[in-house]
Amino acid sequence: MLKIESLSKSFGGLKAVSNLNIDIKDGELIGLIGPNGAGKTTVFNLITGVYEPTEGEILFRERKIGGLKPYQVTHRGIARTFQNIRLFADLTVIDNVKIAYHQHAKYSSLGAILRLPSYFKGEAEMENKALELLKVFHLEGKAKEAAKNLPYGEQRRLEIARALAAEPKLLLLDEPAAGMNPQETHELMELIRWIRDTFKLTILLIEHDMSLVMGVCERIYVLDYGTIIAQGGPDEIKSNPKVIEAYLGEEAI
Amino acid sequence: MKRVSILNRKNALTLFLVIVIYAVIQGLIVTDILPPLYTSTLIQVCIYVILAASLNLINGITGQFSIGHAGFMAIGAYFAGIVSVKFHGPLFLALLAGGIVAAVAGFIVGLPTLRLRGDYLAIATLGLGQIVMIIFQNMDYFGGAAGMQVGRHVNWSWAFWGTIISLVVIHNFVNSTHGRACISVRENEIAAEAMGVNTTKYKVLAFTLGAFFAGVAGGIYSNYMYFIQPTTFNFLTSFNILVMVVLGGLGSMTGSILGALIMTVLNVALSGIPSLRMVITALLLIIMMLFRPSGLMGTKEFNLNFLEKKEERTVA
Repeated sequence: MLKIESLSKSFGGLKAVSNLNIDIKDGELIGLIGPNGAGKTTVFNLITGVYEPTEGEILFRERKIGGLKPYQVTHRGIARTFQNIRLFADLTVIDNVKIAYHQHAKYSSLGAILRLPSYFKGEAEMENKALELLKVFHLEGKAKEAAKNLPYGEQRRLEIARALAAEPKLLLLDEPAAGMNPQETHELMELIRWIRDTFKLTILLIEHDMSLVMGVCERIYVLDYGTIIAQGGPDEIKSNPKVIEAYLGEEAI
Repeated sequence: MKRVSILNRKNALTLFLVIVIYAVIQGLIVTDILPPLYTSTLIQVCIYVILAASLNLINGITGQFSIGHAGFMAIGAYFAGIVSVKFHGPLFLALLAGGIVAAVAGFIVGLPTLRLRGDYLAIATLGLGQIVMIIFQNMDYFGGAAGMQVGRHVNWSWAFWGTIISLVVIHNFVNSTHGRACISVRENEIAAEAMGVNTTKYKVLAFTLGAFFAGVAGGIYSNYMYFIQPTTFNFLTSFNILVMVVLGGLGSMTGSILGALIMTVLNVALSGIPSLRMVITALLLIIMMLFRPSGLMGTKEFNLNFLEKKEERTVA
């Protein structure tokens, strides 16, 4: 599904990511963890085309995607959420979702201007798809509300719903549980697993909340100073001395 | 499930209202009841409605701050004038030619300048407006600084239906997935791009479409005013259009219409006291910005949706 080969990214003299190798198989649920400033979000930005890699290759379903523009990466089948929520705040909940469906729209601007039958068919289809998706996330009752008026937890859910509307094969979640209480985090865990199984997705997530990462991820990569220092199942990671050192410091061992 | 169709009560009523407005004014003009000054004001309102609505598409809907709209208006005015005067083409063709040349100019200018953000784009488009004006000033083919004689081919019917068609096209574009893509660029460009919206494409598309209708408005202007001069299309005209859009509310189509109507009528009404005209206009704007900074309509639209709800209720 996703193969990252000796990927590096430098900002001036700073190497944010160096010689990174990640291999994700179809249908896996992978966690990417690491201390603050380890370069996790940079990895996401490299995968999604926000940054261009300095060195190395990113292969998605056997095709190179390094250097593509973000919208092209999304068209290939990768969608993401953001660490700091980036919804279309003033738009309605349903419009947020519809915009992500845009790339699958089946009518042209001319069709819209002339109000051809394709417009009405396409709009009805989008409306239904968007409503279905909102139902999954228990947001259908708030479809007409402005996204900014939703409570924080619902905004997070809406961001995931919006990413799914792009109909990705690979979903990247950047700290989906940030700012959630334990109860909400637990529900989110269930939701992530459910999404993976229902939509037949591969998921890569960045998270600080260890209970979520350990509870939901099948395999975990640990990033520190831009390099992978460990990988494996949750139990292996928990007992890995390098990981404990990275998180707690040398003296703790 | 909600069915979307072009034949609903809302559209029927809108069409009815539009025809009534047209017929009443046309009747007053034909019977010579309406003084020529009023007719001329109404046609100016039409021209500025098109200009404001098309600038709103760029500034309000897509969020790209452009202040060179008079430049595209000038291009449309001159090329429509050339088709009318030098080729004796029909008015429809003249307006279309004006629009298309302006759209091409918009496309060529938009590609490089839309990479700029905020105030940089504003400066670039301001410069563009000035460059267009100076080009026309120095080309003898277009009459140079002395201006160009065009003649009057536009009447109330042309101006009115030209405005309605422009508004319908812009409205239909905005209320579609392509319009939503433009709005997503305004709301959050990074998120829009991440959701698969080709932001460059939609910025350029909105800019080109906006330039097209500015060109059409310019064509109506030159074919109504007998005579055009490059200085008519200076940056004050650009600002005037911008003020209409901001007054009505950035992002609101009906707001732009309202803004154009108020500003144009105000300009004519105050033309008797030229010394105070600018003072009063400026004062009104300051008061407006103090009490309603998001414009008269904000980003909201005046519409007839309440009729639809009623319909649904009777069905249920």
